[in-house]
Amino acid sequence: MNALLTEPFLVSLLYGAVTAGVPLLLAGLGEQMSEKAGVLNVGIEGMMLFGAYAGFVAAWYTGSFWLGFLAGGLGGAAVAFIVLLLCIRRGLNQIVIGIAVTMGCQGLTALLHFVEFSRTYPRLTAAPVFALPYLSRIPILGKGLFSHSPIVYLSVLLAAALTWLYRATYFGLSLEAAGNKPAALDAAGVDVIRTRSVSVLFTGFLAGLGGAYMAVVGAGLFVPFMTGGAGFIGIVLAMLARGRPVWVLLGAALFGVSLAMTTALQVAGLNVPTDVVQMLPFAAVMAVLVIFARHSMLPPALGLPYVRGER
Amino acid sequence: MVDASLRKVTKRFPGIVALDDVSLDFRGGEIHVLLGENGAGKSTLMGLLAGMQQPDAGEIVIDGKPVHIDSPRRSMDLGIGAVFQQLLLVPSLSVIENLMLGGPWWQPVKRAAALRRFGELATALAIRIDPDALVTALSLGEQQQVEILRALWREEKMLLLDEPTSMLTPQGVADLGRMLRRLKEKGVALILITHKLLEAYEFGDRISVLRQGRLAGEIDPERMRSSSEGERTAEVLRLMFGTEANDERTRHAPDLAALTGRMAHHARPIDRGKPPVLSVSALATEHRVGETALHEVSFDLWSGEVLGIAGVDGNGQKHLAEVLAGQRAVTEGRISLAGRDVTRGRVPERRRAGIRYVTDERLGEGTVGTFSVAINLLLKEIGAPPYWRRGITDWSLIHSSARDKIREHDIRTPSERTPVGKLSGGNIQKVLLARELGADACVAVLNKPTYGLDLQNQRLALERIDAAAERGVALIVISTDLDELLEISDRIGVMFQGHLAGIVDNAADAERKIGSLMTGAKSA
Amino acid sequence: MRKTRIEDGPAAAVLRVLLPVALALVVGGVLLLALGKNPLDYYAFVLERGILRRGGLQETLTRMAPLLLIAAGLIVAFRAGIWNLGGDGQFLLAAVTAAALAPALAGVLPRGATLVLCMAAGALVGAIWSLAPAMLKARYGVNEIVTTLMMSFLGVSLSNVFIKLVLFDPATTVPQTRSLPVDERLPRLFGSTVHSGLLIAVVVLVLIHLMMTRTAFGLKLQVLGANRAAAVHAGERVERLIVLAFVLSAGLIGLAAAVEVLGVWGTVRADWNPAYGLLVVPLVFLARLNGYAVIGFTFFFSALMVGGESAAHRIGIPQYYVLVLVSLLLIFLALVEYLDQSRRKRLAV
Repeated sequence: MNALLTEPFLVSLLYGAVTAGVPLLLAGLGEQMSEKAGVLNVGIEGMMLFGAYAGFVAAWYTGSFWLGFLAGGLGGAAVAFIVLLLCIRRGLNQIVIGIAVTMGCQGLTALLHFVEFSRTYPRLTAAPVFALPYLSRIPILGKGLFSHSPIVYLSVLLAAALTWLYRATYFGLSLEAAGNKPAALDAAGVDVIRTRSVSVLFTGFLAGLGGAYMAVVGAGLFVPFMTGGAGFIGIVLAMLARGRPVWVLLGAALFGVSLAMTTALQVAGLNVPTDVVQMLPFAAVMAVLVIFARHSMLPPALGLPYVRGER
Repeated sequence: MVDASLRKVTKRFPGIVALDDVSLDFRGGEIHVLLGENGAGKSTLMGLLAGMQQPDAGEIVIDGKPVHIDSPRRSMDLGIGAVFQQLLLVPSLSVIENLMLGGPWWQPVKRAAALRRFGELATALAIRIDPDALVTALSLGEQQQVEILRALWREEKMLLLDEPTSMLTPQGVADLGRMLRRLKEKGVALILITHKLLEAYEFGDRISVLRQGRLAGEIDPERMRSSSEGERTAEVLRLMFGTEANDERTRHAPDLAALTGRMAHHARPIDRGKPPVLSVSALATEHRVGETALHEVSFDLWSGEVLGIAGVDGNGQKHLAEVLAGQRAVTEGRISLAGRDVTRGRVPERRRAGIRYVTDERLGEGTVGTFSVAINLLLKEIGAPPYWRRGITDWSLIHSSARDKIREHDIRTPSERTPVGKLSGGNIQKVLLARELGADACVAVLNKPTYGLDLQNQRLALERIDAAAERGVALIVISTDLDELLEISDRIGVMFQGHLAGIVDNAADAERKIGSLMTGAKSA
Repeated sequence: MRKTRIEDGPAAAVLRVLLPVALALVVGGVLLLALGKNPLDYYAFVLERGILRRGGLQETLTRMAPLLLIAAGLIVAFRAGIWNLGGDGQFLLAAVTAAALAPALAGVLPRGATLVLCMAAGALVGAIWSLAPAMLKARYGVNEIVTTLMMSFLGVSLSNVFIKLVLFDPATTVPQTRSLPVDERLPRLFGSTVHSGLLIAVVVLVLIHLMMTRTAFGLKLQVLGANRAAAVHAGERVERLIVLAFVLSAGLIGLAAAVEVLGVWGTVRADWNPAYGLLVVPLVFLARLNGYAVIGFTFFFSALMVGGESAAHRIGIPQYYVLVLVSLLLIFLALVEYLDQSRRKRLAV
């Protein structure tokens, strides 16, 4: 047990948790906005992958990490645009298109990477880190939490900003109406299609940004299928968070910690099998669902009123 | 003062011309009633003014200028407010939040200003509602008031109301009338859409009659004031149905009362000496938070009797229907059918015992829209012989039997394999009635059986109910249309807040008694 | 009597299927061109290696076996309105079970008994793994997309744990279960290399299709999937139906895994995950949940995979392209169907 309280272990754990958790946070926040508006965005895994590739390519060719992030976000948004055209504007089945989009992006990014980089397999240099002025000097926490790429801090701030947006602006009201009773929103003179379109594009941007973070900061390179289900975990986080960005943040932290646990344990000299540790967050979610289902803490459709994408 | 007109407006939908070359004028300070039976085109007209649809021909003119109302927003910009039959409020938001919907996105919500406007309008219209109350906590009448506030939010120029009294108590109707008169005095142009003749007289300064998409005629304020009720009625009926002596409708229902929906009730010979076929005592059911709970409901029902259930929507009628049918569990009390206790059973057991249920949600619950008429006719018997033997489906028998039933009940459908969702509302109801009022029915519960149907199909449904009663079926008919209940029921019960406030014999003073029970008075 | 239009005939139905396929091939071809490859070469190569050559055809048929069974499982679930996205977890756990059990039983029981028992065990394990999501949905209405995804991740990890820690064959370098000798595996068909699992798969798929279309149980599932409120109204025991549909679906996926292990590999290697669970979803939609159509699409897809693998080695177009093609197919299918429906609506005026 003593081995767990050492600095190397804790720092590794915290640092790893942030690195693993930020993409989940971004995906979850993005998906949450879609779901609020009544759209189930199953294609988010594809948007993350596309953003990862776009971000990597941009960072590689321009040398600028910020451009990499921007490209990632735009890439994700581009994929979301396809979903917008097909599902929001035309009303095609969201789950079918979502799966198609995910598969398509998986294949496309792997294909493009193969054509461009399979011989060279380039790596990016380490992404710039912005150590927060006083906070980064705190022992353990400083190195673990406060010495990260700026995207990390922005993501956390984003959760706060979205909380304000949902609660205090007209957009928040429109989202609530779009997800709960779109006919009422329409009668109030707000374009339901536009509201949902904006949400979906925003989801795509954040997902792409999350993917770009994974490639550009987390790994420093692109590997086909590298998101490994992060998008799906984002969907789960959004569903469980019941409309509150703070809960997405907590859930992403939880998942981040468990994903980082294996490496951290190795650093501490303990050799617990990866697979066992990786099961923890999923088992935790299932346990929560089983225990609290009885108390109806989760509404029947888990906040997915208009999956059909109809007005 | 506003002047709005429709000039030679035409609107077509797949398979039907909803409005045909209609020209109408609306004036500020006047209540203009659009009268016509279901399907005559009134709601379409409202849809055009509210920006939900656009005309295929003709134009809409407001204050002398032709306008293109291509969205609800545009309609609101022009000062037109619409209150639809289906209430369009977001249930999870509060009253004031619903009213604030529509502001520019990136701005923080301007609560203070909204509250001020709320106070202004509420005072002017004598509405007393807490702006922070959640919509789900309001009664239907209060929700409608919020809708009216929403319609008048930007400016009070023009207000359209589609069948506004359908979910109000008599008291609520009087309140609405007072509000409309107040608005009239302020110069608002009011357009009231209804199919109820008496309502048209009561509220209207001017009546325009629509018939099958065309403007059949108009009664202007002069004539409204100068003619007697009888003359007006005759005029309206002539406009609605034509003067042809051989007109089917006038033949089927020779007296005025039938067409105004008030047919005299013939008492049925019911032997109350025999034990009741259905006996319900101290019934209570499960419910979710916010729903009206059914409690302490007791009544008896005899064979061949029609028990009407009156009451404003949301007072527990749906739960009563569901608990009798077995879709909702009994938490207290007993139900017995022909002496046998059926309290513990659910839908299959109740059906076997002879209880049938015609739901008001025809497509939402009563049928599967994508499945054929044939399957829907047997929806509640899946797996039962002779159509299923040891679990295997006999499709040819199902289809041939469906063809027979379609002929017998005059269901208009291209074939028995047509998806039932493609049929008109009246024909879907025929499918439901054919399915439920069959040979083995002992007790039948019907929830709003004539809702949304045109006059002909309404009559048909009532005839089927009558015929079933004659065969000895005991029927419970739930409806918000008091006239209808007065026509077919032997006794009428009133639901109020989940409770059977009282049961009244269908005698001369029934309407008065029912009215007072609906407001919650304990005794008739 | 309504005139039957050309659009409603069988020719139109075929067109509605071929058009998306053609569009997908064309657009995919354009992508290949953009990457500097010749699409016609690729398609011809795939056709030849996947179907026309004897070895390739046998490989294609072999690949179809697990896919057909998974498709059967998904048809049952989707028709009942249940999104069983947990296929991967159900598959792997069943595979590990069959792979672990087989060598143990093979020494004791005759071949037939071993195979049957292992297939049953696989189906059972798959079914059990779906019980938690099934009951959560049936009783409390918990969304099954969340629960099946979670159980899938869990199942994949758990199966790896079993292989790496418990069941591994000490004789091998890469962790894997003890191998089932070739002559103990599913017998081959008619002197080919295709194992009898394919026959089992086709028979089961046809039976499932018949169940869905010709039995009361199948109809009840369809009512549930089409309109849950109507199912309640009709007096169906909805909770029971949900659990049954789930369990049947996952059981079929488990059977698919057992068949694959017992017919092809004889063992399960650690970190092996063919991810069929998600891959079959488009096929099932393309076939519009019809059992017979699924066979056709699965054949086409398997040929594409087999031919594509060959093409990856020989022409340098990696397998990833197959994913792109399938996704294009799905999107075009949805589009064609949508356009068709809106055309019908306009014509009905």
